[in-house]
Amino acid sequence: MSDSNKILEEITSSEYKWGFVTDIDNDSLPKGLNEDTVRYISAKKNEPEWLLEWRLDAFRKWLKMEEPIWPNVTYPKIDFQDIIYYSAPKQKVTLNSLDEIDPELRATFEKLGISLDEQKRMTGVAVDAVIDSVSITTTFKVKLSELGIIFCSMSEAVQEHPELVRKYLGSVVPVTDNYYAALNSAVFSDGSFCYIPKGVRSPMELSTYFRINAANTGQFERTLLIADESSYVSYLEGCTAPVRDENQLHAAVVELVAMEKAEIKYSTVQNWYPGDKNGKGGIYNFVTKRGICAGDYAKISWTQVETGSAVTWKYPSCILKGDHSIGEFYSVAVTNNYQQADTGTKMIHIGKNTKSRIVSKGISAGHSHNSYRGLVKVMKRAEGARNYSQCDSLLMGDQCGAHTFPYIEVENNTSTVEHEATTSKIGEDQIFYCNQRGIATEKAVALIVNGYCKEVLNQLPMEFAVEAQKLLAISLEGSVG
Amino acid sequence: MLSIKNLHARIEEKEILRGINLEVKAGEVHAIMGPNGSGKSTLASVLAGRSDYEVTSGSVTLNGKDLLDLSPEDRAREGVFLAFQYPIEIPGVSTINFMKTAVNEIREYRGQETMDAVSFLKLMKEKMKLVEIDESLLKRALNEGFSGGEKKRNEIFQMAMLEPSLAILDETDSGLDIDALRIVANGVNKLKTPNNATIVVTHYQRLLDYIIPDFVHVLYKGRIVKSGTKELALELEEKGYDWIKAEADAQTV
Amino acid sequence: MTTELKESLIQHFNTLEKTPSSALLVDTRKEAISAFQELGFPTTKHEEWKYTNLKNTIAKTYAIESAATFSAEDIKTLTALPIDCYKVIFVNGIFSPSLSTIDAAGVTIEPFQTSNQEVVKNYFAKNLPYNDSMVALNVAFATAGTLIHVKAKQHVAKPIVCFYLSDVRSANVFAQPSVLVVVEEAASATVVELNRSLGSNTAFTNAFTHAILKKEAYLEQYKIQNDIDNSNFVHNSQIVHEGKSNSYTTTITLNGGLVRNNLNITLGAEHCEAYLNGLYLEKGAQHVDNHTLVDHAMPNCYSNELYKGILDGKSTGVFNGKIWVRKDAQKTNAFQSNKNILLSKEASVHTKPQLEIFADDVKCSHGATTGQLDPEAMFYLRARGVGEDKAKKMLVHAIAFDVLDKVKHDELRAYLEQEIEERLK
Repeated sequence: MSDSNKILEEITSSEYKWGFVTDIDNDSLPKGLNEDTVRYISAKKNEPEWLLEWRLDAFRKWLKMEEPIWPNVTYPKIDFQDIIYYSAPKQKVTLNSLDEIDPELRATFEKLGISLDEQKRMTGVAVDAVIDSVSITTTFKVKLSELGIIFCSMSEAVQEHPELVRKYLGSVVPVTDNYYAALNSAVFSDGSFCYIPKGVRSPMELSTYFRINAANTGQFERTLLIADESSYVSYLEGCTAPVRDENQLHAAVVELVAMEKAEIKYSTVQNWYPGDKNGKGGIYNFVTKRGICAGDYAKISWTQVETGSAVTWKYPSCILKGDHSIGEFYSVAVTNNYQQADTGTKMIHIGKNTKSRIVSKGISAGHSHNSYRGLVKVMKRAEGARNYSQCDSLLMGDQCGAHTFPYIEVENNTSTVEHEATTSKIGEDQIFYCNQRGIATEKAVALIVNGYCKEVLNQLPMEFAVEAQKLLAISLEGSVG
Repeated sequence: MLSIKNLHARIEEKEILRGINLEVKAGEVHAIMGPNGSGKSTLASVLAGRSDYEVTSGSVTLNGKDLLDLSPEDRAREGVFLAFQYPIEIPGVSTINFMKTAVNEIREYRGQETMDAVSFLKLMKEKMKLVEIDESLLKRALNEGFSGGEKKRNEIFQMAMLEPSLAILDETDSGLDIDALRIVANGVNKLKTPNNATIVVTHYQRLLDYIIPDFVHVLYKGRIVKSGTKELALELEEKGYDWIKAEADAQTV
Repeated sequence: MTTELKESLIQHFNTLEKTPSSALLVDTRKEAISAFQELGFPTTKHEEWKYTNLKNTIAKTYAIESAATFSAEDIKTLTALPIDCYKVIFVNGIFSPSLSTIDAAGVTIEPFQTSNQEVVKNYFAKNLPYNDSMVALNVAFATAGTLIHVKAKQHVAKPIVCFYLSDVRSANVFAQPSVLVVVEEAASATVVELNRSLGSNTAFTNAFTHAILKKEAYLEQYKIQNDIDNSNFVHNSQIVHEGKSNSYTTTITLNGGLVRNNLNITLGAEHCEAYLNGLYLEKGAQHVDNHTLVDHAMPNCYSNELYKGILDGKSTGVFNGKIWVRKDAQKTNAFQSNKNILLSKEASVHTKPQLEIFADDVKCSHGATTGQLDPEAMFYLRARGVGEDKAKKMLVHAIAFDVLDKVKHDELRAYLEQEIEERLK
């Protein structure tokens, strides 16, 4: 036991490697939030009247709402007046090519390993990068537009495709859905927009990298992704933030719409700064993600690897409206030190013969708390609906906690819902077995954890899977003996 | 090669090994027999470095190196291989991936270059043939859902891959039918060279029909009370352990 | 509307405080009434009451602790049970020693008022967190409760059956039976609890049973709920384990209106075992809610929980099971399973099996399933010539009997089998 504690300490002291700050000139609003803030953001983005009204409506509703207290997390009360709601790198004009990007910014992306330059173009990932809430650049635009795929920043979409934005914005996550969604609706500054036309399979992975850079800034990005009939898209999302002593708020909203026979695969590797080993600093990650399978035979698949953030509150969900539609949720959530995560999914079965599958793997180490919270709801109409959920928790050390809160609500007797959950620790026998084959304990833990998460990691696109594996190993280096 | 001197070990407050002395030379096969609870498996575990056991006195050296000072993984890297009585399951980790990690960790320790995927696969194919194991088994999660025989065969496959200088087979015959036993024993025999040594820990004589020992030792109450050649094993098979127990108890009184 | 019952209860409390019986447990009860006053009746806004709505129940007007006019014949019918047992009878929530058989060997059964005050004071509602206001409400009025005190090393073979009777022939009745069970060292007992009403008005019963298991004690508890359709029954059970004690609790709900069971078990010492079994057979507009909490506070304890539900008609079922493994409770083994079958289109079920784990060296698992009768099995039976209806019954039986199998008392099991048979007709 003393051995394992020693190793545990070593692990917990492993450091966040994306914590650099980029020195970029920012165009920021002062701290504070009122109707003028909302108007300023909207004006800055040259938004049409209807969008300003939509934002103001959201803001007024938000004022009347209360912060949710049901998640199994604790943090000091957030002072919403102490946050900067708009911060954009000062870019003079619209960029015509990647070469025009501020070299500092370029360097940032290079440190992040983001494919902005030519050589990385060969890997075939189209990237939209959002830094401090503002979309910086979208690569591969031309190639994608030949197929009719629209992949651009949300601000750009508002200008160029207002009819699509107006039709779908808030259609999956209504303004009043929850406290943070309402706040996001009022002050969102940018994000990614994507539309895949009928019958088109996106030839490459679409990807967005999110980065919070400026201090005291909240990031409120908004992503909207529409897959028209019989289309397919795989979308990746990554995020990092600098090391700062204060907590920063990230309250994003992601909306997905899958039409008949369309398929959306949405993968996230979330690595916001988790705070230091004493729990100081870190990102509050309060995110609303939801997709609707609007047409028959549509499919939405969420995959997430969550290793970052001080506090995570996130439930990527699927509304299975179309008959025979499918929702999936694959998740690995790792918490270490003083991190807290309350994450899971909601699968709402409305259509007939809808199917959903939930695979959740929680790993807690240090003094962290890791909760799975999920809802499977089968509505009256959902004849023949099926759900299978598997939630496993792995504990490393005796200072952490693992919690499972599944809600299952079934109103149709022809449906089948199955839920299984287990909690265990890495067996000392497993580690000894690895040791006996010459594998040192730290590597053995990484091996066992990766094996434990394999079902989820397999869902990630190849490049991301490798990155995720490394991230897991770093997050847990030497966690158990 | 292996030299055990006056080895004492206990688990919690209970002393289980009470002065073991054993010399094993390269090229030899030693069988350790004894009634249940005599300390056979403890000896195997202590040699491999399981932390549940505390060594209270004595020494163990392998090729002159003090084993007791080393971590379990370094003992493995020095060439100690334990074929487990109850091989553990590790979900999601394939045997191939597991072995690749192990082989390269050991090579790194020894200052050798790590193996690339191609040469690893080649080595694996070769060893698979040697121990008659199917590739599909190796692609599955380690020992998960394996039958008793498959688990033991997997142990021998791993032994083939790691080419240890000292292999310790802990009750490898338990739970095997005669065909599985023969396959496992054949594997062990094929892996025998003049440069390595094998310790076979077993309760029954039947494995020794297939793996012929040069020496047989009987362990009782934490000590080797009798040593001999393979004939001793046959005698034990015929007469049981009671006469040895009586002999040993008479001596200690 | 909802404040009316609350206000009249608080008023009633204040009136009672002026009577001589009020000295009993006065501090405990005062604390309880102020907790209730603050919390009020639970609403669906409380996470633990999300799916069970008491609104309609508490909107009614009730006679509180009213005297019943049961005839000897009524009592005989209401307490009929084909089992050799000791009978402990409550009428409209008030323990009636004269109707009860209290001359049992190895155990004393007495009203709180005349029983060992030390025991009542030391154990009843001691250290209860009033996070559920219904417990607080019961405790506030617990002057007419009973103490079942099993003496050390005594094995009480006959079941002790508590009947909670309500006379609703002329009015709605609100009743609150309170029971304290103390099983002393190395003693064992079986306690059965049955609620039965007579009449066609509404019975609203809020029962509380507090059981203390001393070292190496053994307690079997059976809660059999098979009352009239107009019976709304809330039952809080608290079981506190001391070292090496075992408890078996079986909750079987066959009929009633709204039923809510809170079963809280604290494994407060090492090497304790708790088994929790439940069966709810629902039809019509029934609503059955089982909330269980197993608190593993100490190492090396074991808990195993199996709840099964079969829902027909427009009924709704709720299962909320929580396993809580505290930081010190290493080497905990805890298992939980909840299985539901929906027989009709209108039936629905909400299940929430939860694990909260703060220790690392544990083995815990839970599973929950909801579905219909296995179509393969149905087909198999029908292919052998069994009619659809009969096949359905056979399968439902099989599911119910899984839980009944765990009933250890033979006579009781036979009785339950018969009741279930009757219920499924």
